[in-house]
Amino acid sequence: MSAAVNPPVAFTQDELGWVSWIDPLPEAELTERHYAGLVDRARAKSEYFRLLVRDPEVLEARTKTDKDIFYNVVDGLPRAERELAAAATSRYNGCIYCASVHARFASTYSKRRDDVQRLLDEGVKADLGARWNAVVKASVALAATPIAFGPDNIAELRRAGLDDAEIVDVINGASFFNWANRLMLSLGEPSK
Amino acid sequence: MSTQDIIDTLAGIEPGSALDAIRARRQQARENAQKSSLSLFEPIDASDCSLVERAAVAAFVTGLHGESPVAAFYREKLFANPAGGSLLEVIEAEIARGRTSGPYGSYPAGPLSIENTAGLIYRVSAASKPALGARLAAALEHAHLLVFRPRDAAAGDMKALLEAGWSTTGIVTFSQLVAFLSFQLRVVSGFRTLAAVNA
Repeated sequence: MSAAVNPPVAFTQDELGWVSWIDPLPEAELTERHYAGLVDRARAKSEYFRLLVRDPEVLEARTKTDKDIFYNVVDGLPRAERELAAAATSRYNGCIYCASVHARFASTYSKRRDDVQRLLDEGVKADLGARWNAVVKASVALAATPIAFGPDNIAELRRAGLDDAEIVDVINGASFFNWANRLMLSLGEPSK
Repeated sequence: MSTQDIIDTLAGIEPGSALDAIRARRQQARENAQKSSLSLFEPIDASDCSLVERAAVAAFVTGLHGESPVAAFYREKLFANPAGGSLLEVIEAEIARGRTSGPYGSYPAGPLSIENTAGLIYRVSAASKPALGARLAAALEHAHLLVFRPRDAAAGDMKALLEAGWSTTGIVTFSQLVAFLSFQLRVVSGFRTLAAVNA
């Protein structure tokens, strides 16, 4: 457990740190079972992953779910728009850390850094053009509790040109960040 | 051979359907969403978070999202637990007290403060506490925070769980449980909606 240094007070595309409020496992205590849970051995350097690896089976399954939803681009939605779904969900739920990472990815893949920044600055109502608006609106409807996603969201995504496989990617990407946001927000805090 | 998993069952996705074929193109995501569920509800080690605690929290979290096939599934899971049946009524009463709309809560003081939104700060009722016990009462209060106002979470909430008897590892598993259900509920809702539009 380390002390938070200078937590950010606004959404940003800058690289942030993250510090845990409870004790991660020390790197020296990690066993092969833990390394299997980390999936990438390099994650042993991260406080966040050394905390989550206290339950290695769940972490391993979660990480592999995440990787396939976001990185398997043989078909389906372009990377940029999967990241947009993640960033919009994080913006709406209020996760400054997750939003920073995925806004940055959305900018990198879309080359639309200013639009992504407007999502962060103005919030999920920012006008980003029909296609992105549809993705953001669907992500927000999914993130609401009770869940507000309905046939209108699907109709809007289709009007914006998404087919069913791409709509499934929006659903998966946005839903996954309701998982990720709740871990990042509740187990520690971001630092600048 | 049926490939149906829990998400398919809850979303009503039939083997051989168009959605089944789309899900099959994300086989690793599909298999690992299922593995996440199994490692949370059929864990190899339940010493830091018991099976009845997992079932009770799951019934509470999914019930807070409103009635759905997912909520019914986890209510059944709690009922099927030998120690769970007696908790069902208490959990139902707490769901009724805790239902609201989210996300709401506060940001760190600064430019985002203008977006702060007040809402229910849920606490377990005095009447339910004896049946739940200190650990489960603390868990329900924390689960409500995670469901509706995750941006309000603070270091003190970790302290409250530790003081109620949760281990650090138990907190990680319990947090994963609530967060995973937040994912599963939404995937099921999204897929059900898509299947219904296409029917």
